[in-house]
Amino acid sequence: MGAVLYVPCDAAALAVGADRVAETLADELRTRGVDATIIRNGSRGMHWLEPLVEIETEQGRIAYGPVKPSDVAGLLDGGDHPLCHGLTEEIPYLKRQTRLTFSRCGITDPLSLEHYEMHHGFLGLKRALEMTPAEIVQDVTDSGLRGRGGAGFPTGIKWNTVLKAQGAQKYIVCNADEGDSGTFSDRMIMEGDPFVLIEGMAIAGIAVGATKGYIYTRSEYPHAVAIMQDAIKIARKAGILGASVMGSDHAFDMEVREGAGAYVCGEETSLLNSLEGKRGIVRAKPPLPAIEGLFGCPTVVNNVMSLASVPIIMDRGARFYRDYGVGYSHGTIPIQLTGNIKNSGLFETAFGLTLNELIYDIGGGTLSGRPVKAVQVGGPLGAYFPPSLFDTIFDYEAFIERNGMIGHAGIVVFDDTVDMLKQARFAMEFCAIESCGKCTPCRIGSVRGVEVLDRIAEGDQPEQQVELLTDLCDTMKMGSLCALGGFAPYPVMSSLTHFPQDFHVKPLTDAAE
Amino acid sequence: MALQTQSQDIEKETAAIIDVHEHQEGPLLPILHDVQGKFGYVPEDALLKIADRLNLSRAEVHGTMSFYPDFRTEPAGRHVLKVCRAEACQSMGGEKLADDIQRDLGIKWHETTPDGKVTLEPVYCLGLCSCAPAAMMDGNLHGRLDEDAVLKLVEEVK
Ligand SMILES: Cc1cc2nc3c(=O)[nH]c(=O)nc-3n(C[C@H](O)[C@H](O)[C@H](O)COP(=O)(O)O)c2cc1C
Ligand code: SF4
Ligand code: FES
Repeated sequence: MGAVLYVPCDAAALAVGADRVAETLADELRTRGVDATIIRNGSRGMHWLEPLVEIETEQGRIAYGPVKPSDVAGLLDGGDHPLCHGLTEEIPYLKRQTRLTFSRCGITDPLSLEHYEMHHGFLGLKRALEMTPAEIVQDVTDSGLRGRGGAGFPTGIKWNTVLKAQGAQKYIVCNADEGDSGTFSDRMIMEGDPFVLIEGMAIAGIAVGATKGYIYTRSEYPHAVAIMQDAIKIARKAGILGASVMGSDHAFDMEVREGAGAYVCGEETSLLNSLEGKRGIVRAKPPLPAIEGLFGCPTVVNNVMSLASVPIIMDRGARFYRDYGVGYSHGTIPIQLTGNIKNSGLFETAFGLTLNELIYDIGGGTLSGRPVKAVQVGGPLGAYFPPSLFDTIFDYEAFIERNGMIGHAGIVVFDDTVDMLKQARFAMEFCAIESCGKCTPCRIGSVRGVEVLDRIAEGDQPEQQVELLTDLCDTMKMGSLCALGGFAPYPVMSSLTHFPQDFHVKPLTDAAE
Repeated sequence: MALQTQSQDIEKETAAIIDVHEHQEGPLLPILHDVQGKFGYVPEDALLKIADRLNLSRAEVHGTMSFYPDFRTEPAGRHVLKVCRAEACQSMGGEKLADDIQRDLGIKWHETTPDGKVTLEPVYCLGLCSCAPAAMMDGNLHGRLDEDAVLKLVEEVK
């Protein structure tokens, strides 16, 4: 058998030249007359090393990265190479992880059913098919899995509501609208292990009695859309999806739908309106989507990570999953280390690591080499934390206690060149741009917020403006229908609270002049 | 005459797109995406055709369409460059990069270069936050960008 090499097809790898590396590699192998196969795998999640080329050896896969086309020839010559990181599995960043949801990502060919099954694929679904819907729901509840889309609501409890709801038609809607800056775990799983999402959605369908699923994702994710669509076709052909799921009497099929550039469509009711072909305006709750969701039917809306974690829970058991983590945060969480950080990428681990461990021990500090000034956790609506709070552990409740949220588990690192007043202004500006317009505190409040922050920047009565800003943030928190308007105050107020100097610098120097 | 033919063509193409999606639940967004994919924007004739076939008013279709930043009512330049403005890219100098590009191209957000080559759009996260700053030229993604790299992207397209 010939040599086997791997070059990822993940969008992050493509964005830094993986296709050109793969082409050069193929040419070079042909020129040398080497019989070889290049597998386009998902990403291992060590994005600072992308494009990461792996060569299979008797000892295991050897990693090289970041590889440029000009490095390819040297890489094939063998011997020591400056880009060589040794056995991939032994790289500390990977070795320290607990990969449950991402157990296959980066290892397999995303569209190979054979690879998928060789690596424990469909074992969860097979087990689910032997259980009653209530038993499946009970297992998911017992696993302690909480929604990974941001709110952390227990997935099993949501499923139970849909299971009990009456309706001739029920739906599984996968929220793949991943709009938070600093996040890409949904994208990585869709591009790197699409069958696990299909499996998770099929299990959800069987559990609640839904026969139709939708994956609603972003138009900014063209590669994820293409791979998901191909994977669905393959699964349908193999009898995983369709009138009889794996030969059972359960029917389940699904479709991918693309959003059109609106962040708010990640909010579940806005998403449902968008799926129905309407404006993505947020709906008032109740009714809950679980009771009256898509086209008025009982609907499970779950994040990609929530659904993609279900197969391993069904395969290994609720207890196995539940035993990872701390407090009420059970299982693992794929943390995304992004922005100005050396070892950027995806790090799946049990809940409970501190920000210090994540940013310094694992992340290696800033890429610029300058001191860390702040991190934003949980997307554009998440709070900014200063280094004095880096002892906070990654746990839903620990973050809430400190006026933050883990959200979709993205961490964006900023060095000491960042101006926190600017970041606060951006949070308000973003809210103004993305507001669905339904409620005044969000629609108007965010615009006023930008104006007030501009006045602070100009040094125009900063004390009074800060008071105004605080009031405004309170109004938005209390009076907004959804978390866009309700949480935009968090990045603003955390900036103000933890970095007051950035809000007064200009007026103070002005006064001194 | 030419105009009329064009308008008939648009209607015909739009009808064909509607045929593909009509049976789907909530077909409006998939139709709008395909229409924009075909023409580069959503022409008024297409809008009217969609309204007619889906049994909606023109205002309803227009109202939905205008909610979403992706849909255009006018053609864009030959290429669309979307530069990420969100936080992870900001942390890696994305804001300065965006300013530099606007200056270099001589246009602001949502504008098109005078030669009709490139339309510049802001985007809020491309999921490439681990290789920031990032941008998208037409359907292609690019990370770890600097000013030179972006200008090269613009040069490389026709
Ligand atoms: C403005 C806004 C944007 C959101 N964006 C997303 C998103 O991109 N992905 C997601 O899964 N949830 C998002 N949510 C949360 C969803 O409303 C919902 O809680 C989630 O999809 C439920 O799934 P889960 O229980 O599996 O987390 C967003 C919420 C708000 C208010
Ligand atoms: S808070 Fe903002 S986004 Fe949410 S419903 Fe109100 S206006 Fe819409
Ligand atoms: S913030 Fe720019 S790609 Fe995510």
